Amino acid sequence: MAKVLVVTSGKGGVGKTTSTAALGAALAQLGQSVVVIDFDVGLRNLDLVMGAERRVVFDLINVVQGVAKLPQALIRDKRLENLWLLPASQTRDKDALTDEGVKRVIGDLKTKFDWILCDSPAGIERGATLAMRYADEAIIVTNPEVSSVRDSDRIIGMLDSKTARAERGERVEKHLLITRYDAARAARGEMLSIDDILEILATPLLGIVPESQDVLRASNIGCPVTLNNADSAPARAYIDAVRRLMGESVDMTVPVERRGLMDRLLRRRAA
Amino acid sequence: MNLMRLFGGRAGSAPVARERLQILLAHERGRNGAPDLLEILRAEILGVVSKHIDLDPDKVVVRMDRGKFVSMLEVDIEVPNGVQRSMTMAAT
Repeated sequence: MAKVLVVTSGKGGVGKTTSTAALGAALAQLGQSVVVIDFDVGLRNLDLVMGAERRVVFDLINVVQGVAKLPQALIRDKRLENLWLLPASQTRDKDALTDEGVKRVIGDLKTKFDWILCDSPAGIERGATLAMRYADEAIIVTNPEVSSVRDSDRIIGMLDSKTARAERGERVEKHLLITRYDAARAARGEMLSIDDILEILATPLLGIVPESQDVLRASNIGCPVTLNNADSAPARAYIDAVRRLMGESVDMTVPVERRGLMDRLLRRRAA
Repeated sequence: MNLMRLFGGRAGSAPVARERLQILLAHERGRNGAPDLLEILRAEILGVVSKHIDLDPDKVVVRMDRGKFVSMLEVDIEVPNGVQRSMTMAAT
């Protein structure tokens, strides 16, 4: 049975798109068939983060409006054959998305894939509400920072009231993904700790992605971080998160950079 | 400055962030979904007190601590001595 996940946050810039690409790729790396959908109409970026920006011909809006068929708009990843992208439109605006159209597209995708990951735009408007509308589960991406935590709380409220599941009296299962975490700063009391965030948001933790240079390095070259350097700390955090999504029990840790002498030498040479 | 920090002379700002968020979210959750008991108490306590004295926002400290089983609401209000009840009643 296909699972529909929304990756959301309310606040912009916390790592929704990076996380969608990394989680989607990690699921595909574990053998699942995955499609990632960009709901950020007018400001699409998932194509860029996944290195598919020059291969976009048709998009989600074209499919919603019946201009293109779903298979024409789906872009297969060049590195993983079971990872696909449905890009957003760059020229239209979010009002071109309709509830009925999104429902139909997601219904079609459910017959073809194991996982459907919806990359939500920031904010709480149409694009964001439609991205979460047909989700079975939600990943709330949060930074250890006051404005991000506040916006996550707002989004959690919306997941509990504005989704199709909520309206049927069912629950959208929620998972918290904390990104850009700096364990040393949290230990010094300079940054909200994991426990602080969990206590405030009262949502189960899916994973902790440490602040890392590997994330920017991966997006610079258009490759999900789990594919670009699967051994890096953020990649291991995303892979652990995906294992938990798949029902495995994995100890919750904050992966750290491996900085052995050999590792440093090798990394320098590779970079 | 750095030396002071090195020896723990300056506390981190995370506890402040945590407390600000807890108070703010109690307020916002009350508005969006089911009204929150702690928030209702906070609003009514401040309402009752302000009937009798002019509340200086800087002299009011509200703290909320949410636990799994028990939560704590701490309202700390500085009341100046010699306030005439009638005067303040007239003012409000």
